[in-house]
Amino acid sequence: MGMTITEKILAKSARRAYLEPGENVWLNVDVLMTHDVCGPPTIGIWKNEFGSNAKIWDKNKLVIFPDHYIFTKNTHANRNVQVLREFADEQDLRNYYDVGTSRYKGVCHIALAEEGYNIPGTVLFGTDSHTCTSGAFGMFATGVGNTDAAFIMGTGKIWEKVPESMKFIFNGQMPGYLTAKDLILKILGDITTDGATYRAMEFDGEAIYSLSMLERMTLTNMAIEAGGMNGIIKADSVTNEYVKAITDKEYEIFQSDSDAKYHSIYNYDVNKIEPLVAKPHSPDNSDTVRNVEGTKLTKCYIGSCTGGKLTDFINAAKILFGQHVKIPTFIVPASTATAKELEDETFNGLSLKSIFENAGCKIAESSCAACLGGPDDTFGRAVDKDVVVSTTNRNFPGRMGSKKSEVYLASPLTVAASAINGFITDPRNFLI
Amino acid sequence: MENIITGKAFVLGNNIDTDQIIPAEHLVYSLTDQNESKKYGQFALSGVPISQSGLPDGGVHFIEGENHLSKFSIIIGGSNFGCGSSREHAPFALQKAGVKVIIAESYARIFYRNSVDGGFVIPFESSEKLNDKINTNDELEVDIENKLLINKTKNVSYKLKSLGDVLPIVSAGGLFEYARKSGMLEEAGE
Repeated sequence: MGMTITEKILAKSARRAYLEPGENVWLNVDVLMTHDVCGPPTIGIWKNEFGSNAKIWDKNKLVIFPDHYIFTKNTHANRNVQVLREFADEQDLRNYYDVGTSRYKGVCHIALAEEGYNIPGTVLFGTDSHTCTSGAFGMFATGVGNTDAAFIMGTGKIWEKVPESMKFIFNGQMPGYLTAKDLILKILGDITTDGATYRAMEFDGEAIYSLSMLERMTLTNMAIEAGGMNGIIKADSVTNEYVKAITDKEYEIFQSDSDAKYHSIYNYDVNKIEPLVAKPHSPDNSDTVRNVEGTKLTKCYIGSCTGGKLTDFINAAKILFGQHVKIPTFIVPASTATAKELEDETFNGLSLKSIFENAGCKIAESSCAACLGGPDDTFGRAVDKDVVVSTTNRNFPGRMGSKKSEVYLASPLTVAASAINGFITDPRNFLI
Repeated sequence: MENIITGKAFVLGNNIDTDQIIPAEHLVYSLTDQNESKKYGQFALSGVPISQSGLPDGGVHFIEGENHLSKFSIIIGGSNFGCGSSREHAPFALQKAGVKVIIAESYARIFYRNSVDGGFVIPFESSEKLNDKINTNDELEVDIENKLLINKTKNVSYKLKSLGDVLPIVSAGGLFEYARKSGMLEEAGE
């Protein structure tokens, strides 16, 4: 019996030649990632379990990015960053990216890619549900809690149940009005928020391989929104080009066998998919932008690991060029490298940053910001009865702040078009 | 592990995500400081829209006022309980509020793992949909060994699914305790 890419990578990590979905195996972890929200409690559990003088299993394999609650006056949040700082110092961690220094990177999932931690064929765990983002690099990546992370910090190992795989094949050439965000919203509408629980989501097809690494990361990022354990895209020449430009680490490329067994296979023609939104209050509450066009908004938000990458801002700039936003529009580059790229990358001779500034957008420093609400003084946070259209990943009640707010999830094209009108707008109106 | 757990039911709908269990603005408190960590109990389930809080009627506050302990110790959920973020603060907050057992049709993976591996609450799966059959405030009894839920108010009982592969971890009280018992880890040592 053939194996899927996920099964092959897990087999290698478990030092097994073959394994099947449903088996519980102990994996050897290549990289563990944590941040300022879950790092301190993970460190607390680890010290409690392994002793205050313990050393972590491999200090080169632990990566810490403060990114969630960074630019706030909240004293508890600042204390959490201080805990990370002291721990990095005590353990002599080279992979700590402290805020307030030139090493600060911004949102962990994007920084993992930029800093060369996403390596095809490897196994990465992180204390964040969107750790599945890294699966865009043909690797196994998934989120865990603090106890599991503390166990990995001490042993380098963790148990996992081998998932069944679901395959999503996107055929055809991507039309200019469509982005990876629309593709994942399509899947979510079809299979719902628990349609992939405990399963691997494998993306395939010519439309997928035509996407840049950053766009691929949008797809795998939201695998967790369907309950998926991991999202994965086989590494190809696009992957190799991205990875080899950053690191000279050796790696092995895995791909699914032609006779691999799948829980289910979905086929899509991208030319039949329209720009989509997820309406309040669930990422699977899918509808076409056309159907909700005209919905009055109070805020627009372009940012996060899902929708704050360079490709997202290039898409937004295509629409915002020469325009002016009607409602407060918040721009949060996911990483400090992305923030720099906004200054360097141009569209029609203007930098993306100038395009956004000229359009009247507010631009913040890199962090998770209002994607998950956060402390009261968080940039772009939803207040009172805000109605927001956002490039982020979740719209459960209260996710972006106020419990009374309503959040629509959409592509950066749709958010940019909506910002100009002050109501939800199909990007095709601006892309002729 | 206690074999019989009794308590009042608090009934919730489907897709209760971790932002509803513990809103992200509260994730800043210490989980190790005994006093400060009570905040997690105080704000447990505070993100659930009040109309959906304590079904079938809603409008029930899981925590009253400034308390950090709830009078409800058994949660009855629907499908995909605990979806959303990986925050272990979620099952931790429920434990801090005094919850012992959750019974839901299905769970999101990370929440389920965190509940089990952290030894915070026991996440049972029900064999049928229960959040339309049990009312908030019903007196319940969970018989863990016999995988049975008894509604003492209505005098009805329901079968629960086996904890399966995670039973040894639940019985040990968490991943670290399990790993020590099975010889994977040495005693916590200085």
